[in-house]
Amino acid sequence: MSDRIFGITALLLAAVMTWGASVIQESFIQDPLGPKAFPWVIAAVLAITGITMMLKPDDEPEWPARTKFLRIVWSVTAMVLYAEVLPIVGFVITTAAVAAFLSWQLGATLRQAAMAGALISGGIFVVFHLVLGLSLARGPLGF
Amino acid sequence: MDALSSLADGFAIALTWQNLALALLGCFLGTLIGALPGLGPSNGVAILIPLVFSIGLKATPALILLTSVYYGAMYGGRISSILLNIPGDEPAMMTTLDGYPMAQKGQAGEALSISGLASFVGSFFATWGLVFLAPQLVKVALLFGPAEYFALFTLAFATLGGLSSKNQAKSAIAAALGLSIAMIGVDGQTGVPRFTFNNVHFYDGIDFLVAIVGFFAVSEVLVFIENYASGPSTAPVPKLGRIIPPMAMIKQTSGAMGRGTVLGFIAGVLPGAGASLGSFIAYALEKKISNKNDTFGKGDPRGVAAPEAGNNAAAGGALVPMLALGVPGSGTTAVLLAMLLALDITPGPLLFTKNPDVVWGLIAALFIGNFMLLAMNIPMVGIFVRLLAIPAKYLMPAVAMISFVGIYGISGSTFDLEVMIAFGVAGWVLRKLDVPLVPVILGILLGNQMENNLRRAMSISDGNLWALLESPLAVGLWMMAIVGFILPLVVGRFVRISALKKSKIKAGDVGTSD
Repeated sequence: MSDRIFGITALLLAAVMTWGASVIQESFIQDPLGPKAFPWVIAAVLAITGITMMLKPDDEPEWPARTKFLRIVWSVTAMVLYAEVLPIVGFVITTAAVAAFLSWQLGATLRQAAMAGALISGGIFVVFHLVLGLSLARGPLGF
Repeated sequence: MDALSSLADGFAIALTWQNLALALLGCFLGTLIGALPGLGPSNGVAILIPLVFSIGLKATPALILLTSVYYGAMYGGRISSILLNIPGDEPAMMTTLDGYPMAQKGQAGEALSISGLASFVGSFFATWGLVFLAPQLVKVALLFGPAEYFALFTLAFATLGGLSSKNQAKSAIAAALGLSIAMIGVDGQTGVPRFTFNNVHFYDGIDFLVAIVGFFAVSEVLVFIENYASGPSTAPVPKLGRIIPPMAMIKQTSGAMGRGTVLGFIAGVLPGAGASLGSFIAYALEKKISNKNDTFGKGDPRGVAAPEAGNNAAAGGALVPMLALGVPGSGTTAVLLAMLLALDITPGPLLFTKNPDVVWGLIAALFIGNFMLLAMNIPMVGIFVRLLAIPAKYLMPAVAMISFVGIYGISGSTFDLEVMIAFGVAGWVLRKLDVPLVPVILGILLGNQMENNLRRAMSISDGNLWALLESPLAVGLWMMAIVGFILPLVVGRFVRISALKKSKIKAGDVGTSD
């Protein structure tokens, strides 16, 4: 079933590409093939393989059960929040928080997770910012 | 002996204090990355590229650092294979078969040292192979025109699924996905935007570094989060015992090392094979030749030496097509190609003529790195054994945060971070569906070059499609592509590597690829 859905997704993608290529604005500089042909070739490959997968799906993969799945959802949410908040709050605090959260999701106790967050964040700050001079996101506190 | 004098110039470049220090650092990090389950050569190098890029290292030093990591990871993978029965990375999978039984018999130290020696033999001779073979391949590649290049790229995609692929449709779909991602952005030849959906962020296209780090690092973190309960436990590390192999054992295994090296090197050079297949073939053949008393699988040192020589030789061999043609044959070399492109170096025949200092400096550094790795992996192996005890619950958050730092360092853009997370999630889903990630990466990397060569060929022939098949060289490449795509469908069922891979991955969840 999963493979069939994936095949349909590929077909839809092929359709989007075919349409997307057909609306490309041609410019006055022109080569014999133009900017549309290659995307159409790719769309054709996508369509053919998508159909193949719908007709001949592999065995069903092992999708995670609810709890495991939720754990992934929370972790991804945390990462997206991290990306959003990072430039506002600054590197050290956000990184410590998210690293601690991920560590907790990976089975650390709350205390261990807090320690891990602090150490990872501090460690990266020292090595990459202080030693190697990489610019990290600066928050209102300057770090 | 052109190659030798160029190599001598290379040593002059590699033997500066800065480059030596970088090689040493790379070897150390590489061995560590290889040893830690969950980090392998491809995701290890992938995480480091953006960092190296943001720190602003020049091309040659950056290359030296990262290829040392690549070689080092090939060495390091065996450590956890032998001690914990968990391959530290995919190419080290075969080493578990005899390495772990040796450790259980109290011969952990001997297994580590003999495999370290085998790794050295494999990569040392493969680097010599690179010295002599790459310039020959460059001579052929100089004959390539756009039509031949287009055929060559097709060949790379057709064979990338490789012998280990169960389902060629999935490899093809992966390549097409990668190519379509490469199409996003302003068309280089006519300057019109394509598939940008009027979003300014998409005008520059998708940065391949963002995609690679998302695919390899973030998805790995997600896999670990999903099965932490069943993930690698910190089993007690067996006692090392003596870490100097007895002379008799070296003698006994020398044949295995030699055969493993040759097979591995060939597997590395061929498109679509790579280090995992190199070690698999080396082990399988050695078992056929030497398993007279049914000692294989029960801790035969030859069963440790052969695959380790094989995977390290393959790592060196894989650099041949990557440097000489600009077409990588395996996951990690695809990542190395990304590094070159990020540093604004286009590999291929012109690299050898225009920037010989980069190529030969790199090769010389590989020779030096090999001796460093030998020292780290035999007398000093204890350090890495101790570091193996870092549990995933601390390691993986660190991997995630370092990935974020690297990508943020390049552009300082939240958008790029979110694209990276999206690639991480997509990578996780694709891995669940058993769709290989390497063709996607290669598609993103090579898509624009592939299209440009096609369009250039068409411009030359004024739109005549038959021009693609005009030269015998192009016809040969197309034939190889077709055979390479169809062959796995026929022989795939006889090669049990994928079945084996599956069972091992379930047992310990190794990295994404070789």
